Amino acid sequence: MHFSGFRVIKEALTGHKGWKPLWRDPEPQPEYDIVIVGGGGHGLATAYYLANTFGEARVAVLEKGWLGSGNIGRNTTIIRSNYLLPGNEPFYEFSMKLWEGLEQEFNFNAMVSQRGILNLCHSDGQRDAFRRRGNAMLLAGADAELLDRDGVRAMYPFLNFDNARFPIKGGLLQRRAGTARHDGVAWGYARGADRKGVDIIQNCEVTGFRIEGGAVRGLETTRGAIRARKVGVAVAGSSGLVMAKAGMRLPIESHVLQAFVSEGLKPCIDGVITFGAGHFYVSQSDKGGLVFGGDIDGYNSYAQRGNLPVVEDVIEGGMALMPRIGRARLLRSWGGIMDMSMDGSPIIDATHIDGLYLNAGWCYGGFKATPASGYAFAHLLATGRPHPTATAFRLDRFARGHVIDEKGVGAQPNLH
Amino acid sequence: MLIPHPLLGLRDAQEFTYLGDAALLDRPDGGDEAAFFDYTYLRDNPAGQHRELWFHEQGDRSWLVVTRDTRTHEIVSAELASDVKRRGGA
Repeated sequence: MHFSGFRVIKEALTGHKGWKPLWRDPEPQPEYDIVIVGGGGHGLATAYYLANTFGEARVAVLEKGWLGSGNIGRNTTIIRSNYLLPGNEPFYEFSMKLWEGLEQEFNFNAMVSQRGILNLCHSDGQRDAFRRRGNAMLLAGADAELLDRDGVRAMYPFLNFDNARFPIKGGLLQRRAGTARHDGVAWGYARGADRKGVDIIQNCEVTGFRIEGGAVRGLETTRGAIRARKVGVAVAGSSGLVMAKAGMRLPIESHVLQAFVSEGLKPCIDGVITFGAGHFYVSQSDKGGLVFGGDIDGYNSYAQRGNLPVVEDVIEGGMALMPRIGRARLLRSWGGIMDMSMDGSPIIDATHIDGLYLNAGWCYGGFKATPASGYAFAHLLATGRPHPTATAFRLDRFARGHVIDEKGVGAQPNLH
Repeated sequence: MLIPHPLLGLRDAQEFTYLGDAALLDRPDGGDEAAFFDYTYLRDNPAGQHRELWFHEQGDRSWLVVTRDTRTHEIVSAELASDVKRRGGA
């Protein structure tokens, strides 16, 4: 089934009776070349690129719940490549370029909207840091503009420019950044992978690894044993639990990050705005709800729900930035479980177990990385070598002292 | 979330600073590089009961070892870290 304007009109005229399921519901085969654990955005993207770009024919994705039930369905849908460090920026810019061609490539509307992201600064020091970051972005082929106070005011006149503690001094704008529809991304990758023959197996939880002589041979699952030459684990949030079944401890703690959406409002915020002084970010969904979030709750959690103090903290950030947000009613909040890695940066690497690969540690920022993460992980699984943009995301970087300290906040997860 | 402080009774978790796994009480000798790498970076990260360190920064500045279920936020117990240490570690 190919999506097109003609198809939409035809279905509209014939009662929408011709739409079909977007992917099959196959029984697990006893053996695959490559099994991806985790049917979230990263796992599905990995499977898609394995089949589509690297020509792997016998690939399966195992998902313990239903597609989109993990972090891909529990985030604030922002895409951007405004990173600073050489180990990071080319990777996220690669991801941004994949986002730009994504919908045409997999013939599915993921509602990629390059509405721009504006990071506000509130002090001279912060502006200097943003100038440096913008230059690093330009050097990596991304786009960046430094706005002064008047430039910000022209875009968003309703912001609280004269907040006594955090006056707005300007902002770093990436116009190519924006948002994408998270469910559409998962469904588009799932459909694309399925069309290339990938078996997407839902309600199939991995209960153990079959490891012989230091090499992975397959998996034990709730739907039987599956043999595999290579296994790629992409289960952000649950990486610690799944890899523990393979006897590994990771430099990761699982934390809850809450997000919020207000009642539907008329269009008032056309881009993404982040409050540089605190950790608050906001955009408006196509349905009109203000979508926003802030810090992690700050202690280990698998609860998929947070606690009230952080709700209060996030709303305070929002009120400081745009006081009129106080007139909107909060519709709902939700919590996703994050892999908080010890340097706040991801891991895409082989493990010491032959044939077992890990994609983990995305902290807050896994959604924007979805295309590049899938591509780089597929590259690693298919060729055995890291993708050129992902060479810094090594598992052993902590032991070697080569951490990627993007935010300059040290190794403690509670400081991210 | 309320933490049952052994001396002060129920206290709001907001008065505390979280410092992670209670196993961090047992710091290895800095000369043992491999053990110190494990200590600094690697975590068990369990889903379920987790023994963890909370510092009562805005209270009596004591360190507590709190046992909490990471799936439900239910707190099972809290004891003074000094008592735990005296008993022979976490």
